[in-house]
Amino acid sequence: MKIKNILTYCFISSLFLFSLICIWKILVTLQGIELINFNFNKLFIFGIILCVINLLIGKKLNLNIKLILLALLFSIFDYFISLNLPFWYSLGIFLISLFFFNTIKNYDKNFLSKNHSSQKLFFNFLTLFGITLFSFVILFPFYMMLVTSFKTQALLLLNPLDFSINFAQGLPELFKSYFVVFKDYNFGRYMLTSTIVSLGTVVITLIFAIPAAYAVARLNFFGKNFLSTSILIIYLFPAIVLVIPLYTIFSQLGLRNSIEGLLIVYTATTLPVAIYMLQGYFKSIPKELEEAGIIDGQNWLGIIFKIILPLSLPAISSVALYVFMIAWNEFLFSLMFLDRPNTFTLSRAIQFLNVGAETPRQYLMAGSVVVTLPILIIFVYFEKYLVSGLTAGSVKG
Amino acid sequence: MSTKLAKIEKRTAYLLILPSVLLVFSIILFPIFSNIWISFKNVELKDLRIPEPRAKKLVKSIKDNPNQIKIIYKLRNSSLIQEITNVKFKDKYPDDIEPIDLDNKCQFKSNLLKCELGNWPKKYRENLEIVFQNTNNQEISKKDIKSYKPKLSGKSQNILLTYEFTLNNFKKVIKDKAFIDLLSTTFYYTFFGTIGAIVFGILAAQMVNQKFFGRTFMRSVLLFPYVAPVVALAYTWELLLDPTSGTLNNLLINYQIIDGPINLLGQKYVTLNILGFDFKLRLALTTVIIFEIWRYFPLAFLFILARLQAVPKELYEAADVDGANPLQKFLNITLPQILAVISILFMIRFIWNFNKFEDIFLLTGGASGTRTLPINVYQQGFSIGDIGMGSAVSIVIVVFLLIFMFIYFKLLGKRADEN
Repeated sequence: MKIKNILTYCFISSLFLFSLICIWKILVTLQGIELINFNFNKLFIFGIILCVINLLIGKKLNLNIKLILLALLFSIFDYFISLNLPFWYSLGIFLISLFFFNTIKNYDKNFLSKNHSSQKLFFNFLTLFGITLFSFVILFPFYMMLVTSFKTQALLLLNPLDFSINFAQGLPELFKSYFVVFKDYNFGRYMLTSTIVSLGTVVITLIFAIPAAYAVARLNFFGKNFLSTSILIIYLFPAIVLVIPLYTIFSQLGLRNSIEGLLIVYTATTLPVAIYMLQGYFKSIPKELEEAGIIDGQNWLGIIFKIILPLSLPAISSVALYVFMIAWNEFLFSLMFLDRPNTFTLSRAIQFLNVGAETPRQYLMAGSVVVTLPILIIFVYFEKYLVSGLTAGSVKG
Repeated sequence: MSTKLAKIEKRTAYLLILPSVLLVFSIILFPIFSNIWISFKNVELKDLRIPEPRAKKLVKSIKDNPNQIKIIYKLRNSSLIQEITNVKFKDKYPDDIEPIDLDNKCQFKSNLLKCELGNWPKKYRENLEIVFQNTNNQEISKKDIKSYKPKLSGKSQNILLTYEFTLNNFKKVIKDKAFIDLLSTTFYYTFFGTIGAIVFGILAAQMVNQKFFGRTFMRSVLLFPYVAPVVALAYTWELLLDPTSGTLNNLLINYQIIDGPINLLGQKYVTLNILGFDFKLRLALTTVIIFEIWRYFPLAFLFILARLQAVPKELYEAADVDGANPLQKFLNITLPQILAVISILFMIRFIWNFNKFEDIFLLTGGASGTRTLPINVYQQGFSIGDIGMGSAVSIVIVVFLLIFMFIYFKLLGKRADEN
């Protein structure tokens, strides 16, 4: 039992250490440094040895001294098997191994003789490994998007693995792609269009949705249940089945290539979810407040404006943010309805750039950053509201 | 009194919901129904342009006679395929001008020229020449005459509004040899995309449900792929996976894991040898599915995390007392608790992945074995230009959708009964 635990401990710990080192090495490679070998065998075996030493030392040494000692040992070993690498690489190795030995400090003889300790160990490492891997896999494309936009065509072709940012060239040179994108490719205009369309959609959707949601939540009328179920059903219909009829109708009415047309379609497609989200919230407001309003002689409009709206500001902001996000990110309708560059939204403009002949990729990525950054900033800043919007509106994707 | 109040309430309710209902009806429900109409018609993209009668006005001075002027209208039918009937022409002139020997189709009355030009067949062209003179024997200014634009009107048949129907579109859809392949691709994509997103969602939720440094930050980061615009993400991935200058291929070659670059988005099949058996993996489709999982697992994560945080702590404490190991805890406590969320998530994601268009369109454009039903709608309707066929494929999607929705609401109803 104990032997098995110790073996799994050594094996899994060393594997985890190695995978952390692997991710670090990939990151180092992506800074343009030549590194072609992970040295799996040597590092893995040395890792096992260090884990055993860690177990043997136990509490005989001061914890901090032990940590630094083991980490130093590991980094020196790594330094000797992978030569000619800069100092900061070894520093990274040192910090990672410090973190690692700090994590395994709890796994002493006592812990390993307990039941399930090998499974616990396995899951703990899996969690840690998962966190690192997930962050890497998710953040890397965003990082790549950003860094590519800072490069020049020649540099990109010279070494596709070099993702370092050269600050020495000065800011104007660094942001050159952005100047080009805004000046030559007219992205300022597209950004304005996107902003107008998204904000317009938010405002119109709210104007339509708030009264309707209030009616569904509070008032009694014939067909109410039918209406509230059909809201969900309508919401599940995807844009792709609407696109052909809307295209034919809009071309005959001359609504294609117009911001108005886009606004109408965006509002209609976001309206069901806005009503659905708002009515849920309105139902949670105590009825007594409205009854007091009626006694004070308010009409329905007064009740909505003076009682319901101030109380449901959080819900309204999450609906507004969610609708803004949908409208900003929308692609299919803008692809179908807009084919003149002077009406393009950002998404459509980037697609146009990509389809158009040989647009250098740093411009494409600069455009992508321009469209992504506002939405990420809004998301991080208003996360609380947007997350509740996402959860409520998640029937759509 | 109370019935009167109820009546007022009812009327207010209808008034409040009417704008929304009208808008949703005209932009969502009406198009879905008109899909059925269009799918039984033989309509092409070029038929959608309404034929217009057009006129170009040329003004020419006449030699040695500044009091007279010649106006040539170049008339034509803008459509190459349809005729325009009952064309009417109208133009305005400055004062003190009148035409000499007018065509009998036309009338001149108080500065207005009106003509009945009859029926124009397709591609029709004609020149209308009229000579004008100044009644006061003064010089005619060309500029004044040019400042007016002629107005034309005519009737043409709108192909969308005729009562000619055909079953050809549906016959073509079903008889198409690629239809089975299309369906299987769609289901393969939908099923694995959904399952993958849920599995990674569970893993991520399990991770974030534990306490560690930077947990709230991690939660926001995990949602990034879901909130960022699909266009930007798809093109970034395209660059990442590019066979010649893409990062992934270069990394793998750098570490000598592969010998040559793999075209992950452009290669239909790759043969894998596992335990001595060769089997074909649909490479481009798999890559697209991985993108799909990457982009949508955050949603599953969000849902499952919310559910996990509501699981009572006592259950785990009791399990600890019983001596359960972590795996048993997960299988016997966590999984049953999140099963309800997972089944609903599965249905919702299944429906949405089934209709997903943008991701595949931007990554591969439907090439190399990634053509799903929604991509086919676009290709039939806009690449080939056969609107009727595109509509017919949309109808196929709607039929599947209705089946899924039926199952989904059955499931939802069952859940509601259980609680």
